[in-house]
Amino acid sequence: MSCWQTIQDYGLRAVGYGERLLPREDFTLCEQFTLIGSGMIWNVYFGFFALLAGFFLATAVGVGKASSNRLIRKSASWFIFVFRGSPLFIQFFFGYFLFLTLKSNYAFFDPFTAAWLGALIVLFLNTSAYAGEIFYGALQSIPKGDTEAADAYGLTGWKRFKRVIWPTMLRLAWPAYTNEAIFLFHSTTLVFLTGFPAWQQRGDALYYAQYFADKTFNPFIPYPILAGYFIVLTLIVISLFGLINRRLNRHLPQGQRPKLRLRPNLIR
Amino acid sequence: MNLYWSVLTVLTLLGITAPVALAFGFAGASAARSAFAPLRWIGKTYIAIVRGVPDIAFFLFFVIALDQAIEYLRHRALCPDWSEPVRQGNDFVVCQAAKMPLGEAPQWVHETYGFSIAVLTFAIVYGAFAANVLFGAMRAVPHAQLETAAAYGMSTRQTFWRVLVPQMWVFALPGLSNLWMLLIKATPLLFLLGVEDVVYWARELGGSKTPRFTDYPHGDWRMWYFLALLVFYLAFTRVSEVVLDRLMARLTHGQATAAGEAQRKAA
Repeated sequence: MSCWQTIQDYGLRAVGYGERLLPREDFTLCEQFTLIGSGMIWNVYFGFFALLAGFFLATAVGVGKASSNRLIRKSASWFIFVFRGSPLFIQFFFGYFLFLTLKSNYAFFDPFTAAWLGALIVLFLNTSAYAGEIFYGALQSIPKGDTEAADAYGLTGWKRFKRVIWPTMLRLAWPAYTNEAIFLFHSTTLVFLTGFPAWQQRGDALYYAQYFADKTFNPFIPYPILAGYFIVLTLIVISLFGLINRRLNRHLPQGQRPKLRLRPNLIR
Repeated sequence: MNLYWSVLTVLTLLGITAPVALAFGFAGASAARSAFAPLRWIGKTYIAIVRGVPDIAFFLFFVIALDQAIEYLRHRALCPDWSEPVRQGNDFVVCQAAKMPLGEAPQWVHETYGFSIAVLTFAIVYGAFAANVLFGAMRAVPHAQLETAAAYGMSTRQTFWRVLVPQMWVFALPGLSNLWMLLIKATPLLFLLGVEDVVYWARELGGSKTPRFTDYPHGDWRMWYFLALLVFYLAFTRVSEVVLDRLMARLTHGQATAAGEAQRKAA
């Protein structure tokens, strides 16, 4: 079987197209590359949508934690503490079983036990908490002069937030937020290791890497392949966020533009 | 009962891993500062290699890799006249005497072996992170201090142990306390390494029980078990935060840093 044939058979296996049975024996390098790469679709899917939705909630949580209203401040702080203080691994388990229990009582929760929605929600809440803390930190370090200038121009309320505070917050938070994004993509690998079932063996990259490692008793091929894919993904994320960073700081003269300093997090 | 034991397992893991990882990190950071180039490369590679890749992949990789490395070494030592290759296609074959642990060993040996492999894996991965933190901390110690030590005629080794190491902790502590939090949150991953830890027992005990097999039948309680675990971890994180804050305050005492200055003024 040629490599091209393998790619046609297994390239979209993770989302359910192509050959139904996974390869059973005589694993070729090509099969491993194709299947693990096909699993990356899920990692990208989880990471992308969790980040996209999480960005808005994170802004709300960050602003909430800095709010002067005691009720809002407390609830935002607790949200952040709960999701940052406990392992994501346990959150996945808890989320899965919570949805399972809800499902047996209300039919509405049927899709929530599937990974594509349930895990996405857990990841979404988790990244909102982490990014919320980052945004809160950025809000605290907005230069006093900026807000005073806004006041002097007579900007108030929503306009003041949209024109001055929010852009400055993003500018300050962006390097840390980039780390958070990288880190979120890494933690998408946890999804199928927890309760969420890989329906019809449609799993993520780690799921397939583990499959190969279990079948061949040789971790030295699938895991480095997985690592390679993740390094590429990380580089893509860094370059995309770098572009946004450039746009956020486009008003500054060339030399003063802050560079992204990346210090990836380790685990959550 | 097993659940309580497994909580103890988690605590033991933390208790053993933290010092071992710190030792690994210390060795790595010292190596990365070494004047001897190959040693420096080893240290720097060790620090650099863990970044950019999901740590879960590392955990899964190291456990099999370590296991196979140990068996392979024992195989070479114990069965010199074995002619077949170790890697036969998809199988990893070593002679009976080299199996680790031995096939006839009692159950607790198997469990202890699995646990030690897990500890070693954690120590290697977190050692790299700790090495990174300590390397930064060593560089943060004001250079004048080291020059003064040299001016007093201390040798490189004396400078390292008597001046650099005592002063670096205050710079290292924020990073290390971060790492400790991460380590706490990484402990559920033991489950993936095949150790019967809290996650395993929460799943086992929480599942539906029928009156036929147990005296205490109940429905699917796994949700509540995991909620309890969540609270346990939250409480643990909170306590660690408080303790580490105190430790930081103590270490800052008398240091030539902004926080130390503030403490002096407040007193």
